[in-house]
Amino acid sequence: MTPFAYARARQVDEALALRAGHPEARFIAGGTNLLDLMKENVARPGMLIDITGLPLHDVETTADGGLRIGALVSNADLAYHPEVERRYPLLAQAILAGASPQLRNMASTGGNLLQRTRCYYFYDAGVPCNKREPGSGCPARDGLNRIHAILGASDQCIAVHPSDMCVALAALEATVEVAGPAGRRVIDFADFHRLPGDQPQRDNTLEDDELIVAITLPARGFARHHAYLKVRDRASYAFALVSVAAALEREADGRIAEARLALGGVAHKPWRDPRAEDLLRGQPCNAESFGRAADALLQGAQGFAHNDFKIELARRAIVRALEQAASQEGTP
Amino acid sequence: MTAHIGKPLDRVDGPLKVTGQAQYAGEFAVPGLTYGVAVNSTLAKGRILALDVDAAKAVPGVVDVLSHLNRPRMAAYDESYTDMDSADGAPFRPLFNDRVLYSGQPLALVVAETFEAARYAATLVGVRYAQEPHQTDIHRQAPHDAPAELPKPRGDADEAFARAAVKVEAAYSSPVEHHNPMEPHASTVVYQPDGGLTIYDKTQSAVNTLEFVSHIFGLADGDARVLSPFVGGAFGSGLRPQYQVVLAVMAALHLKRSVRVTLTRQQMFTFGHRPQTLQRLKLGADQKGHLEAVIHEVLGETSRFEDFTEHVAEWSGALYHCDNVRLAYQLAALDVYTPLDMRAPGAVLGIYALECALDELAVATGVDPVQLRIDNFSPVNQNEGKPYSSKQLLACYQQGAERFGWSQRNPQPRSMREGHQLIGWGMASGAWEAMLMPASAKATLAIDGSLVVASATADIGTGTYTVMTQIAGETLGLPMDKVTFKLGDTSLPKAPLEGGSFTVSSVGTAVQQACQALIKTLLETAQKDDDSPLAGATPDDVECVDGCLRLKADPARSLTFTDIVRQSGSPSLEAQADAKPEAERDKYATGSHAAVFVEVKVDEALGTVQVSRVVSAIAAGRVVNPKTAENQILGGVVWGIGMALQEETQLDHHLGRFMNHSLAEYHIPVQADIQDLQVIFVEEHDRIVNPLGSKGVGEIGIVGVAAAIANAVYHATGKRVRDLPITLDKLL
Repeated sequence: MTPFAYARARQVDEALALRAGHPEARFIAGGTNLLDLMKENVARPGMLIDITGLPLHDVETTADGGLRIGALVSNADLAYHPEVERRYPLLAQAILAGASPQLRNMASTGGNLLQRTRCYYFYDAGVPCNKREPGSGCPARDGLNRIHAILGASDQCIAVHPSDMCVALAALEATVEVAGPAGRRVIDFADFHRLPGDQPQRDNTLEDDELIVAITLPARGFARHHAYLKVRDRASYAFALVSVAAALEREADGRIAEARLALGGVAHKPWRDPRAEDLLRGQPCNAESFGRAADALLQGAQGFAHNDFKIELARRAIVRALEQAASQEGTP
Repeated sequence: MTAHIGKPLDRVDGPLKVTGQAQYAGEFAVPGLTYGVAVNSTLAKGRILALDVDAAKAVPGVVDVLSHLNRPRMAAYDESYTDMDSADGAPFRPLFNDRVLYSGQPLALVVAETFEAARYAATLVGVRYAQEPHQTDIHRQAPHDAPAELPKPRGDADEAFARAAVKVEAAYSSPVEHHNPMEPHASTVVYQPDGGLTIYDKTQSAVNTLEFVSHIFGLADGDARVLSPFVGGAFGSGLRPQYQVVLAVMAALHLKRSVRVTLTRQQMFTFGHRPQTLQRLKLGADQKGHLEAVIHEVLGETSRFEDFTEHVAEWSGALYHCDNVRLAYQLAALDVYTPLDMRAPGAVLGIYALECALDELAVATGVDPVQLRIDNFSPVNQNEGKPYSSKQLLACYQQGAERFGWSQRNPQPRSMREGHQLIGWGMASGAWEAMLMPASAKATLAIDGSLVVASATADIGTGTYTVMTQIAGETLGLPMDKVTFKLGDTSLPKAPLEGGSFTVSSVGTAVQQACQALIKTLLETAQKDDDSPLAGATPDDVECVDGCLRLKADPARSLTFTDIVRQSGSPSLEAQADAKPEAERDKYATGSHAAVFVEVKVDEALGTVQVSRVVSAIAAGRVVNPKTAENQILGGVVWGIGMALQEETQLDHHLGRFMNHSLAEYHIPVQADIQDLQVIFVEEHDRIVNPLGSKGVGEIGIVGVAAAIANAVYHATGKRVRDLPITLDKLL
């Protein structure tokens, strides 16, 4: 671990000002990922700006009936927040599918978006990795890639984003509110994380000097028909091989009025494709329509040997999640 | 009569552990301590051309950077590096020369005034290598015969297999696993003003550590003492002294300072591991499943510098009756560290393959899997041509099957389901050796009537402190709180390695005999007084009750221990025993046995496997403490679940490096994976195995579990997965 300076900010502007003067600095909230990365010598910030004292701990209803979640609300508090449990149970389920109680108590909402991949090669400073050291190579492509991407990968990087919460946020079409030297801007969730392309070191579209201040959920929460299905190697404390956030609204006759479908564990970002969701609209809830949507969402999927199984697994998981969502309350 | 043996007593060291008062090797506070952090290789094979240590040395607080270039003098010959658990070959010598033998090898040690400075400086050490081609893939390395004495072939197994009415031939594989005890390996070496060393080490034998470092660094008797009062799990990883203790002693001698080296979790993947195996089983049987041929061929992985062997195939010639048996054992030497004994070494691998093959035979013959094993039961170990001193395996089958409800099983695969979940029932046998090693113990009775018993054994979380206290208290008729057991200290009487499930039997026997010798001493002391109420009594005539020595025939003729010690004129009386196996034992085979029954639920579409129920029936002689013994079996079953479904250290063969080196990515079961586990102890009364009649329970709990799960998965799905771990991708 590299020595670092430490500063504490009380206000967003103060945090941004500190950051502006110290390009080697990083913000730290729960630290559940950043500290690990520092101990592994993967992250070497020269300064940590502690933002836990910023006034970003509130959850409040917005004018249009949505929910604005402060970036520093802990994952545990968010999952058990009465409004989230009642109106956005998909989000609560996804959060509780991730990590462990201790980690969820520490981890922040904003920090969850900024988790870095669990690719073995990224985590080992003794081996090449284009995400950690751009241009050094990607041993995962021809190496151990059972946990890697089947969608949206590039020649340079086949890592996946590890978050469960983000898969639900993608399905719910949340927005990310960020503050920077030039003021505030709002990023659609679909545009927040990015595919690796030829800049795998960049996980998202946040600028270096920007800070996430809030996540906003739109009014529609799909509370009646939803499911978060996580398929993993053990029953808890394991990252998803494939996860599915499925949300439906159904007509009186049972047909699908609106569908949302997002995948975790398969790409560098939560994977959504509006075409797959369009295919479901107006369709009955059955294995055929679900299977067609799964095929559409997985179009172009490509394995790298060890992870070939993920393509079929994802298809089955999508169908199962949609069945669970359709069946009513969507308990997993 | 005070009776401690057989009681489910709480751990005597429990309060110390849960209140943080139990100190582990990396926790002892030492004035002026320095901290060493190892720099590990990123290359699997080659030479160090240059080490750039300038940047590291420039970090404030850094004292020195040790490497092969500036280390103190070390022994030159391989013999000096052997230890009590060595494999054949040339043991690894940390920082000895410029050779890089495996990825993760320690190449340098940065020593600093603070841990933080050492850790940072270690990241700044630059290594320039001359790379050489490496091989870490067991499938791509030509095997050689293992230097192991296998039982001679009996009968003609190949011919018998060829003409057998029913044949099973199958290949099984198991991956590399790492021990991963909760406590990482650590050593704190205290440099005394007179140049002597006090070494706190994480080890399964303080004696082993002391002899090892003494030989390497030429220490004389009395130059060093090793202490290891508490060990946070080891599972075999502490059977051989690991590199952290060599580096810490090296630095202390070089700097004449106290040094601590604690390995990181990632570094816990840079020494011994359970070897990968490829196994081929051929079983020939008649139509009713009676075994006529057993052929078991094993290929294990080892390092380039040592041939690690364990008993993998032997079990296939011992567990069941068969007159035509051929066993084979080869090794593939790879550019990795030497494998190391890990809980039930060998047995857990060989019996996995054997018990899966037997399940395949049960399917092929249509005989129930339990009945098949009963029909092939052998009261004799045919490898040795000796009867077992006891083998209540049939009772294990019967009691385990009854508790589990096995009679309700429909043999047809995919015959039970609950929604998306296919349900399967499987079973397997387990076995382990009941060994007995020479061990010594000393019992000291103080004038206040309290007893201290000591032996240089270890308690690696298994309950040694508690069980030895029970045995001593029972023998001398004292309550538990009057007895203190001491261990983990080279100044105490010698004990064998704490491993192999032989500690209770070996050290327990020594403790019992030391206490019996003490009774004799007490009696002799009492009888020095002519008017003694015990005058004329022989040791057989007396008994110890409530701190008194009294005549069995006339309990009124009694003396308190306190009176006897006072009478001796010394502050205490002591006796030592050096226990050895008795000759009678050689006429018998000895072992513990198990029957494991498992229910699994497999998601038909997603392949996820849940172990919903396990019943493990254990025959391990006399159980000294049912609470700590059950705890051992439960731990073994949990590990068996991990072995069956999750555990695998993954090697990148291009890099020649283990890559999932953290507990987030190296999966072991978590609480949510563990459901209904039940343990049955089938008591055995065995006076041959050792005077205590106890066989030990450290290993037997894990053996057979993986096979029972694999067999249950087959029963649930109709799919036979022969490569561990059975991850969901193999069931899609």
